[in-house]
Amino acid sequence: MLTINQYVKAESLQQAYELNQKKNNVILGGMLWLKMQKKSVGTAIDLSNLGLDTIEETEDSYLIGAMVTLRTLELHKGINSMTNNAVSESVKHIVGVQFRNLATIGGSIFGRYGFSDVLTIFMALDASVELYQKGIVSMEEFSKMPYDNDLLVRVIIKKQKMKVAYLSQRNTNTDFPVLTCAVSNIEGTYRCVIGARPKRAVCLYDSNGILKDGITQESAEKFGEFMKGQIITGSNMRGSEEYRKILSGVLSKRALLKLKDYEVTSYAD
Amino acid sequence: MQIKLWLNGKMVTEDVAADMLLIDFLRAHGCFSVKRGCETANCGLCTVFVEDKPVLSCSMLVARVDGKKITTLEGLQEEAEDFGAFIADQGAEQCGFCNPGLIMNAIAMFRENPNPTDEEIIQYLAGNLCRCSGYEGQLRGIKAFLSFKKEKGGVC
Repeated sequence: MLTINQYVKAESLQQAYELNQKKNNVILGGMLWLKMQKKSVGTAIDLSNLGLDTIEETEDSYLIGAMVTLRTLELHKGINSMTNNAVSESVKHIVGVQFRNLATIGGSIFGRYGFSDVLTIFMALDASVELYQKGIVSMEEFSKMPYDNDLLVRVIIKKQKMKVAYLSQRNTNTDFPVLTCAVSNIEGTYRCVIGARPKRAVCLYDSNGILKDGITQESAEKFGEFMKGQIITGSNMRGSEEYRKILSGVLSKRALLKLKDYEVTSYAD
Repeated sequence: MQIKLWLNGKMVTEDVAADMLLIDFLRAHGCFSVKRGCETANCGLCTVFVEDKPVLSCSMLVARVDGKKITTLEGLQEEAEDFGAFIADQGAEQCGFCNPGLIMNAIAMFRENPNPTDEEIIQYLAGNLCRCSGYEGQLRGIKAFLSFKKEKGGVC
């Protein structure tokens, strides 16, 4: 059970940051994962009064406040039209609407969970995080960083010409994923992110140039084999290491073939 | 800490503990439609509206809803009876335990999307678990309710 001694609605990021330096204090996201833990919290720090629950659009980016819910992301027209609806696809299998109305992007990303659909897709989008102390860090770098007492303020997606496809495998609908896979082509660079492996998501590149002449059935198959050979997976109650390896090959191939279709449809004009 | 909120239209002011969950607050105020079904935030039985958005009251601190408007099934009797009859007509209601959560979320869906496709219904209600059924009866009930509303020419 989670116990909380004191609750503070932070009045500024500075105050939240200072409070967060104490070891048994904690920042509240949607509280969905936090509540599942046996933990005694000194001060629970709530960021919900800091205006971080909106998605701002600037000329070159989308700035997603830490308290933006997964449901808001799922329904966001601009982000979804830029990403072939991959953002919507990545979150819509997470439990239910009521859950996604609470779960925040800040909580999902900061946790860097080994089951995260959200981390997987945002790594594929080449997004960044804005940390209160460290400033802007790429999502790929952030995914490897150890946990600390910094504060996640925003997630930033640059507006770029991109093609993205997201797929996940679940034993049953609304459950945690057994494996997640997002493939993107941003400015000619292919990224393949595999998550829920069950470690933190990892970003792999087309380092052998398999896709240098574009996506065909054959190159997609080759790329899938390459991913399967590269990826490090593990076992847990949802799936074995070997099963996950096979899945990563299959899902990366399928995601690539989806990209190929986008090539035909979204750039026809 | 002292909080003030509107529960089904009535203002409530009370001293609460920092870690009190909304579900416990609501049950302490007689809203027994709000149920704890799973302890893992995935069954949907504790669904209530906070500012008209459906959320899991088992995962939300009551401190966070300070100053907000909370609606439970007790505050939506008319709408709930109207729609609930269609679920019962299909024999979908067996033990009835999951029904309040399902009705709350279905009402949220009707408001957000008055003309959902089958797939949209299934997607929207996926976070509401039922241990008795296979969800087919509920789906039939929802569709029957929607076409009844359409025939009447009203909006849900």
